[in-house]
Amino acid sequence: MLRELKEVLAAGASAEERVAALFEKIKRSKLNAYNNLSEDSALERAREFDRAPWSGLLAGVPIAIKSCISTRGIETNCSSRILKGYIPPYDAHVIERLKKEGAIVVGKTNMDEFAMGTSTESSYFGTTRNPWDLDRVPGGSSGGSAAAVAAGEAPCALGSDTGGSIRCPASFCGIVGLKPTYGLVSRYGLVSYANSLEQIGPLTLNVEDAALVMEVIAGHDQRDSTSVNSEGGYLSGLDGGVEGLVCGVPKEYFGEGVDPAVEKSVWDAISKLEELGASWKEVSLPHTKYALAAYYIIAMSEASSNLARFDGLRYGLRLGADQDWHTTFSEIRAAGFGPEVKRRILLGTYALSAGYYGRYYLKALKVRTLIKQDFERALATGGADVLVTPTMPFPAFKIGERIEDPLSLYMADVFTVPINLAGVPAISVPCGFADGLPIGLQIIGRHFDEVGVLRTAKAYEDATPYHETVPKEVV
Amino acid sequence: MDHIGWLASIKVAEEEKEGFVASFNSVLDYFHQLDELDTEDVEPTYRVVDLTNVFREDEVSESMPQEESLSNAPRRENGYFKSPRIV
Amino acid sequence: MAEKDVIIGLEVHVQLNKLNSKLFCGCSTDYHDSAPNTHTCPVCLGLPGTLPVLNRGAVEYAIRVALALNCEIQGETLFYRKNYYYPDLPKAFQITQYDFPIGLGGKILIKGDDGEEKTIRITRVHMEEDPGRLVHAGTIDRAKYTMVDYNRCGMALLEVVTEPDLRSPKEARSFLDKLRNILEYLEVFDGDLEGAMRIDSNISLVGGERAEVKNISSHKGVEKALAYEITRQRSARRRGVAQVQETRHYDELRGITVTIRTKEEAHDYRYFPEPDLVPMRIADWVPRVEAELPELPDAKRERFVAEYGIADDHAKSLTSEIRVANFYEDVAKRSSPRLAAAWIADVLKGELNYRDATIESFSPGHMVEILSMLEADKITEKGAVEVIRTILDAGGDPAGVVEAKGLVKVEDDAVKEAVQAAVKECSQAVADYKSGNEKSINFIVGMVMKKTRGRADPAEANRLVKEALDEI
Repeated sequence: MLRELKEVLAAGASAEERVAALFEKIKRSKLNAYNNLSEDSALERAREFDRAPWSGLLAGVPIAIKSCISTRGIETNCSSRILKGYIPPYDAHVIERLKKEGAIVVGKTNMDEFAMGTSTESSYFGTTRNPWDLDRVPGGSSGGSAAAVAAGEAPCALGSDTGGSIRCPASFCGIVGLKPTYGLVSRYGLVSYANSLEQIGPLTLNVEDAALVMEVIAGHDQRDSTSVNSEGGYLSGLDGGVEGLVCGVPKEYFGEGVDPAVEKSVWDAISKLEELGASWKEVSLPHTKYALAAYYIIAMSEASSNLARFDGLRYGLRLGADQDWHTTFSEIRAAGFGPEVKRRILLGTYALSAGYYGRYYLKALKVRTLIKQDFERALATGGADVLVTPTMPFPAFKIGERIEDPLSLYMADVFTVPINLAGVPAISVPCGFADGLPIGLQIIGRHFDEVGVLRTAKAYEDATPYHETVPKEVV
Repeated sequence: MDHIGWLASIKVAEEEKEGFVASFNSVLDYFHQLDELDTEDVEPTYRVVDLTNVFREDEVSESMPQEESLSNAPRRENGYFKSPRIV
Repeated sequence: MAEKDVIIGLEVHVQLNKLNSKLFCGCSTDYHDSAPNTHTCPVCLGLPGTLPVLNRGAVEYAIRVALALNCEIQGETLFYRKNYYYPDLPKAFQITQYDFPIGLGGKILIKGDDGEEKTIRITRVHMEEDPGRLVHAGTIDRAKYTMVDYNRCGMALLEVVTEPDLRSPKEARSFLDKLRNILEYLEVFDGDLEGAMRIDSNISLVGGERAEVKNISSHKGVEKALAYEITRQRSARRRGVAQVQETRHYDELRGITVTIRTKEEAHDYRYFPEPDLVPMRIADWVPRVEAELPELPDAKRERFVAEYGIADDHAKSLTSEIRVANFYEDVAKRSSPRLAAAWIADVLKGELNYRDATIESFSPGHMVEILSMLEADKITEKGAVEVIRTILDAGGDPAGVVEAKGLVKVEDDAVKEAVQAAVKECSQAVADYKSGNEKSINFIVGMVMKKTRGRADPAEANRLVKEALDEI
């Protein structure tokens, strides 16, 4: 789809018209996918492009950016009251790369507050609605980005994935979402929730678009000490097919707790891959059931430290008259954070506190080692080349259905969090519907085998119609 | 709960406490399933990326002008960030 | 006086202000005379989404210092987060080192209170970032609000922690003087800059709990703060009040310490390894850094004694500051090393201290000139002192000053003439002297000095007068 857009723009179509039409659509929308728009700057840039077109992998292409990725001059509030009005004086590394390749940032999308959630319901600015069914959640935490792309309110978007936050909304909204290998995409400019787990990645309508965005955003950044070099080749490696590919199917990702329609769609997908020349075999990731607990302990602990800086002194919410600093800051944070964020900060503080560090945080880090080893064993040479699973155990649930019970919401992440713990790459592609609601297929690869993951996804997509279906609800 | 609230610098209102404590307990109970695993001889994974010795050279790069540094400050005076009193 | 009941340990924070940039970002370290918040960037201001990247030069300096303090360098070392809230800490955590600090188990030799050489053990040396600076509108406990300047935030600090081996404020002072000297030799910091060295100390009486005294920013401050604290603890003990483990803040203006925190309210820092940084493996840097270490104070002192044949006391004084040591060597190569040692260590340093001036205020060339005039017996010692003072106060050069002030040493004949004349004139004094009043000679010598307008050498005049009187 991006390829066609670029061709049309290169042939002389007006970028300004396209961008203006996009804003029209966004403003008419019932989805609440965006927190804030950068209308003036986007239109100005589109006009410049029309006057004197530049070249670049994303030349003239509009893109939506998840609210937690810093954009210079554009409000970046992480869907939180405590950062309402915060305008960063710098661009995230990925934004610099996007601009260099000619993309046009149209606005910041809605998300779960500080990326903590699986449904976008915890946003201070209200939840985003799923374009396939307005009474349902779009998934989270990058729900705004996914809904926008699915509904045609942006041709592509960036999200971030800490425990499934790109893949879950991709699955619920019937689009493509990729979480890259940890370290491949710079985190400089990503407002940290859990720094040892998260990555920025693309949300697009098809696999080729995801590969294109990866060409632009992946690669070493000297401002991120955990960033590595990228070999590239995401686009060029796309059409290799799956002949001889061995797909591992982890038995722990099926059975109890998984919606039957989801399971059926995924098995159909595995059959389809067989038709295309791949083979499959059952594998085991024996520590899967412990992944959720390990993930949440690590994520909450890191979050409690990462979110400590929000105190109203250098940016963000400040209340009435100041009292002494500790009281003032405590009240600002109590007023500025939503209940889920508060819960996680408090739990994380507890997990790191004296006497409990060994029991929770350190323990979780050891379990993490076991989970990472599970993946390494399953994906070792001679084992499987990729793993194939459902992305989510069920399709999009109704707004309000799970938010009151935090633990039940956490359970929804059961198939996505192990991937973040291990740091391996994973993509979600649409593989069917359950009562009109999209179902996502998750393809997991070895560390730094984005090319393999994308290639498998592309082969599957080429042989199926799901990526071409558009939500009827879209205005 | 009060002590954790103090450590996290978040004021937990009386009416919130019960709810938090309840969800705390259910989540912590869930965490305790990790006790089932024997991790005596397992090394913790702090990072999933295998890097060491990442440095920058001791070179100066441009700082932000004062106005930019203060640009998001809710309260400021004479080029300083204005903070509540310490005591 | 070595006090048998006092136990002191120090935590010294040294700012590596000779680096070009901060520890985790490229902001310049040259902030001291700048307007507030003009040396910040998104990283050191801790803006959401920013990440730290470690300054290689800081690691180099840290290894230098740890080696000079005789520490074991840790093969694998890493950074941790120390989590607490304070307005000067923009991320609400400080990136520091906890387990696996860069250096462990070193020592420094000082002269103890009993005059003997004493080993002060260094527990550890580690790297951390500096927080910002608070400016209170008034005193810390009475200000209505506080202003924050983050220019200093993110500067590289080295923390040097000692075992509780010190036994008096004076020993603490000696330790700090020695440490500062070593650091300046290593060229890792300029101790004159504001905030370059900040000291926290732990002090207790034997058998009692310790008080941590924070916020001492000078060496003199340490002596005063500790002396006050000892008095306070002793007096409390006499009154039967037990010392509790607490943190106290040193108020430099009022010269007292005040409680700010007791153990019950102790911070729980929730240390965990910094996820945004990766470990350092620097064992293979050590041989090179070690080979490149400059000659340190103790070694230089020994060499001065051996090479220049000077007294140990002089060598100690000359090596107590690298700039003075370099000045001395420059001069010693062009004149008599022993003479140079005496005149620089005993006279020049004293004159500089009196005027609160540094060695840069005096030219080595001028010192060489003065010494050669002394050796040629062209001026008296008193004259030389006056030349030094004049140059420091009003400028000029030695030859010029000697000329202008008529300081050329009077010829022996002229002195003898003056002696003859004085003895003739001071008949009463002569008589007094002859009848046993030894002190009367001074009157006659004074007369000689008057006649030669002070240019005679007093000791010489005294000798000649006595000779003359003995002949009568």
